[in-house]
Amino acid sequence: MQSLSNRKKVIEQKPMNFWERIYLPAIAKGLSITLKHFFKKKSTVQYPEQERPYSKNFRGQHSLKRDELGRERCTACGLCALSCPAEAITMIAEERKKGEEHLYREEKYAAVYEINMLRCIFCGLCEEACPKEAIYLDGPHVTAEYLRKDFIYGKDKLLEPKFDITKLNQD
Amino acid sequence: MAEEQNKIKVKIDGITVEVDPGTTILNAARKIGGEIVPPAMCYYTNLEGSGGKCRTCLVKVSKGSEADPRPMPKLMASCRTSVMDGMEVQNVTSEEVQSARKGVVEFLLINHPLDCPVCDQAGECDLQDLSYEHGVGQSRYEFEKRTFEPISLGDKIQLHMNRCILCYRCVMVANQLTEKRQHGILYRGEMSEISTYIEQALDHDFIGNVIDVCPVGALTDKTFRFKNRVWFTKPVNAHRNCDKCCGKVTLWYKGEDVLRVTGRKDEFGEVHEFICNTCRFDKKQTADWILEKPTEIASTSVINSNHYTSFNPPAVIAKNEKLQLTNQEQLKRTERLK
Repeated sequence: MQSLSNRKKVIEQKPMNFWERIYLPAIAKGLSITLKHFFKKKSTVQYPEQERPYSKNFRGQHSLKRDELGRERCTACGLCALSCPAEAITMIAEERKKGEEHLYREEKYAAVYEINMLRCIFCGLCEEACPKEAIYLDGPHVTAEYLRKDFIYGKDKLLEPKFDITKLNQD
Repeated sequence: MAEEQNKIKVKIDGITVEVDPGTTILNAARKIGGEIVPPAMCYYTNLEGSGGKCRTCLVKVSKGSEADPRPMPKLMASCRTSVMDGMEVQNVTSEEVQSARKGVVEFLLINHPLDCPVCDQAGECDLQDLSYEHGVGQSRYEFEKRTFEPISLGDKIQLHMNRCILCYRCVMVANQLTEKRQHGILYRGEMSEISTYIEQALDHDFIGNVIDVCPVGALTDKTFRFKNRVWFTKPVNAHRNCDKCCGKVTLWYKGEDVLRVTGRKDEFGEVHEFICNTCRFDKKQTADWILEKPTEIASTSVINSNHYTSFNPPAVIAKNEKLQLTNQEQLKRTERLK
């Protein structure tokens, strides 16, 4: 059949000549290319020890923030879950009791807060929806796990550790 | 025929409507419906004497009547002004009304805390809708908002005086539905607050309706308190045979659980048939109710997300024969490859 584009090339297979038949020049040529790459700049990095520069707006693992007094900012309003296109976020709210004012900023707080990292697409809409500036995607990459259930991150993994200025190392 | 002759013509934003004499401008506008209906925070159709307090329903009467065509000198509260023959009213078409409403919203928000993320009413709150539409982004009020401790009115009702806008609806419910009112407004002017004077429980079969009539989150249901956000729950109309009330309610489902029972609200957020406390607080099993159909929700509402108009909505593919055929072919092909 005639080609439509008229640009078809028919490859002819010629019989190899003597130099081509002994293969040695071709081996030398291949080895020289390999050798050249030893001295070139490597295009890979040794990842865990070495990191490429990240973009300023890189979005990694979520973290639930605390305020300046170390209280949890999240008030379980559910706007992050509502805005989430992947439906990765769930939460259960609870009322703050008397005497817990130093733990939670608002009168309601998230007793359970879970993000399914397999569902999450790291779009950052939860960050944008949050009225309390409680969630930010400022963490590292989400690590690999063996089991699916381990990808459901609860408050133990998401909540920012408490910052205590008295325990800072001043050396 | 005689009845028809008695009807009088009013023009609201250029739309003519015929109503009975004695109708208020607000109700005439509601008869037309749509965007031209003035918002109302304190007026409630079923409560006698309600209205005239919040001033959000202000409209401009540009022509008094056929007999006296002079415009009314000031903006009128449409829930309290009755229509006259040939009256011409401006609501959304008047710049003056819009700016006045903006001012009213700013006044209402002076003492109202902006804690919508915490409040259970968020998503179905009249004041939230109103300030979203008319409010300004920033408050000019520089003083401390007045604050109160939350008051527990029995084991079912929670009062958050912070959020109250003093619409008096709940006082009227207690006056008109129950024999003995136990709560009311204490003090005067800026100091006024809803309370029971000596902290006590509200106790009457119909007192739960104060939760439904409250336009903000001042009176909330303790059995639903912080359980879930309204936009994650699915409203379903249901009824049961109740010897005390009509038994027609809206159930708010989350999964298979009934989280909350409320009266049925119409498009203006008003309940027309009040329900009793047994229906509201004690009947939270699907078995107690006969389900009718999912409640109709305005497409602009946040509750409308993932809301279907029928139970068990059919799959999209169910009726399309062409797609069914293609599906079968696809299935055969994958089976063969196995």
